[in-house]
Amino acid sequence: MEYIDILLSANFWAAAIRIATPLIFGVLGALVCERAGVLNLGIEGIFVVGAMCGWMAVWLGAGLWGGILIAALAGAFFGLLHGILTVPLGLSQHVSGLGITMFATSVSYFTYRTALPKVSSPPRIEAFQPLDIPVLSDLPFIGPALFQQTSMTFLALAMVLLVSYVLYRTPLGLAIRAVGDNPSAVEAQGLSVFALRIGAIMAGSALMALGGAFLTMSAFDAFFFGMINGRGWICIALVVFASWRPGKALLGALLFGAFDAFQIRLQNEVGAVIPSQVFLMIPYLLSIIALVLVARKADYPRALLQPYFRGQR
Amino acid sequence: MPETESGHPLLSLQNITKIFGDLVANGNVNLDLHAGEIVALLGENGAGKTTLMNILFGHYVADQGRVMVRHASGILVDLEPGAPQAALEAGIGMVHQHFTLAENLTGLENIVLGTESLFARRFSRSKARAKLQELMQSSGLEVDLDLRVSKLAVGERQRVEILKALYRDARILVLDEPTAVLTPQESDSLFKTLKLLAAKGMAIIFISHKMAEVLGASDRVAVLRGGKIVADLPTSQCDRHQLAEVMVGHSVQSAKRKPGYPEDETLVFAGVSAGEGREQIENVNLALRKGEIIGLAGVSGNGQSTLAKVVSGLEEPTAGTVSLHGNPLKPNAAAVIRSGIARIPEDRHHDGIVGAMSVEENLVLEEIRKPAYQRFGLLRFNEIRKRAQEAIKAYDIRCSGPLAVSRLLSGGNIQKIVLARTLDQQPDIVLAAQPSRGLDVGATADVHRRLQEARDRGAGVLLISEDLDELFQLSDRIAVIHRGHICEPMETEKLDKKQVGLMMAGHSAKGEQAA
Ligand SMILES: Nc1ncnc2c1ncn2[C@@H]1O[C@H](COP(=O)(O)OP(=O)(O)O)[C@@H](O)[C@H]1O
Ligand SMILES: [Mg+2]
Repeated sequence: MEYIDILLSANFWAAAIRIATPLIFGVLGALVCERAGVLNLGIEGIFVVGAMCGWMAVWLGAGLWGGILIAALAGAFFGLLHGILTVPLGLSQHVSGLGITMFATSVSYFTYRTALPKVSSPPRIEAFQPLDIPVLSDLPFIGPALFQQTSMTFLALAMVLLVSYVLYRTPLGLAIRAVGDNPSAVEAQGLSVFALRIGAIMAGSALMALGGAFLTMSAFDAFFFGMINGRGWICIALVVFASWRPGKALLGALLFGAFDAFQIRLQNEVGAVIPSQVFLMIPYLLSIIALVLVARKADYPRALLQPYFRGQR
Repeated sequence: MPETESGHPLLSLQNITKIFGDLVANGNVNLDLHAGEIVALLGENGAGKTTLMNILFGHYVADQGRVMVRHASGILVDLEPGAPQAALEAGIGMVHQHFTLAENLTGLENIVLGTESLFARRFSRSKARAKLQELMQSSGLEVDLDLRVSKLAVGERQRVEILKALYRDARILVLDEPTAVLTPQESDSLFKTLKLLAAKGMAIIFISHKMAEVLGASDRVAVLRGGKIVADLPTSQCDRHQLAEVMVGHSVQSAKRKPGYPEDETLVFAGVSAGEGREQIENVNLALRKGEIIGLAGVSGNGQSTLAKVVSGLEEPTAGTVSLHGNPLKPNAAAVIRSGIARIPEDRHHDGIVGAMSVEENLVLEEIRKPAYQRFGLLRFNEIRKRAQEAIKAYDIRCSGPLAVSRLLSGGNIQKIVLARTLDQQPDIVLAAQPSRGLDVGATADVHRRLQEARDRGAGVLLISEDLDELFQLSDRIAVIHRGHICEPMETEKLDKKQVGLMMAGHSAKGEQAA
């Protein structure tokens, strides 16, 4: 059976994890924003910004980790913008988020075109290479399946641990979870609702930008228009699937990665009979089904989407 | 009490003025608070009590005046306005009218929230727990600290709120209508705790509009009316009637029961069952006649809300029929309104009004399709405005005008909007669910008067209530609901409160315990 063969190849698992990596960053970022009570639909545009800035920084000679830092800062900047619009000004989070997506995307394309007016094929950078971890990478099957990834994938996994730790173990995480449930509780304890929310949005947006940066600095080695291709939107759905929990977010991203990797391979097997678009549909279809099954029970942050104004009832 | 010796009060509010639009919520308020005393702040709904306390705690900034607290050195210093953090540091703890707890966190987490540096590497639950254990013991406020707040009952949530203040070593404790949500037993134990805390030197302000608890639990009473302090005197010098008068501004006449002249049956339940679980009703037979008030007594959660939903057209009976003037009642809210049933819902904030809409919009909500308020599908703003101005005057709705956002009104005034909207349509049937819950004396008297007027006009009134005084004051007949079963209504004259109280607890009319 060719389906079983797909599942048994190390190559499939490696691809699943690779596809999941940007989603892990993105879903964590969206989760942090939403835990603080703010939906960030700027995610799709912030992916583009991260992809563009990280790549361009490296191309200009910043070094790979420097590029990552710059991508994160650029993401945080757009997060700040979204934060100012939605938190103190209390504007619609949907409208502001979609606006950020369009604005961030256009600014990135514009910058790219201004910097490289004439190139037809995008210049390449020296991207992250798969690590060669002693012992682990050499294990049969498990080695190539799990341990021959780039540093950014391991960074993403580390971020899952970090976000869980901060949310559940530190006073800061306590305050973030509280402000997403009942901002009055936070204010009554003398903390600033605005500062917490804006801070969370900036941190979340920085994570989203890393998702974009992974694409240009690890998965590929160049920046193309349209390369984000809806990955940000998938993350928004995955947060609901994950019930706003980092562990489940990781699981959701991996599941999606697996569907996508499977779909690509299935296309090669039976692609002659069925049009390829059908296969492209599979991961999205399965995410919708998963959402329908899971989301009805999800207990979402109670203050999500609700602007908070001081002294208002 | 060593702290009073320096002579200065712990807290002093001086000339506080706060204006919302045209409305003077607080006008030149002066209030001192000394260590070890319990002050009751008494006032009707909308008198400005919550506003005053929100200024004290820094949620609002006063337009004029100053809030001063006693510094460790014994002198009074200004409190930074508009900063809850400063109020907390000055030792002020506040239990808000609507609790400020994050429901996704445990009690313990809510209490320690904000007490540690945000950037600490982790929070130490064990130290917090030890301190809280001690506090719970010394104050008698027992609560399971490790349960999520969403799983706690109202009384327990309130204890968490008080522990929040104690955990921060508050010297001044403010409680905004702490008993509004408590059962009588819970209220008693709350006041015991407050006395204990005051004896240890804490200064306490509690807000209330219930005369009995004010007289029973306070050392001093300050009365707020229309945003001004109109009385401030030791509780020992107060008397109940005089206080009620000062609070309302005129003498209050509570409605007296008058005999009605009931006519034919209008709203008839025949073997009606509906709902599920705790709120299920089973085989209900009840006939409401024109020109009478039937009081439906019962502890809430025994099926009243299902019954109300059926009458309101929000739920369809699973068995039996409800008929109005001999025709079956359509299970459809719009049809119910058109057929002349006025609905005064239990949760007035949620179901009674649309909070984000203005007072005038809420007033015409049910009649918006009538030609009086629309022509060719376009609203007639002048007519609506005129109607609103009339209703505001007739029902004494205290608000900044027809355009005031309804959500911002106090509970009593929201109820008046509901009354004006429903009763002015001259309904044949009035469904009043817990109509005076949480209202002050004045507003309650208004509600009662309006219901009696409706009855005298010939409407049938179904009054759902837990308040025996109210039921006996208004009803011509009383029925009791318990676990979804409703007994045959009986003439009020032939009943006494004790008997009805027992029936509400599940005893049958003759006195023996029901199965
Ligand atoms: N944030 C606000 N905006 C506008 N009006 C307000 C606001 N807060 C309170 N009010 C008005 O001030 C008056 C006093 O309200 P409040 O202090 O809540 O009364 P209570 O004595 O019942 O606690 C009310 O008429 C209310 O409508
Ligand atoms: Mg109040």
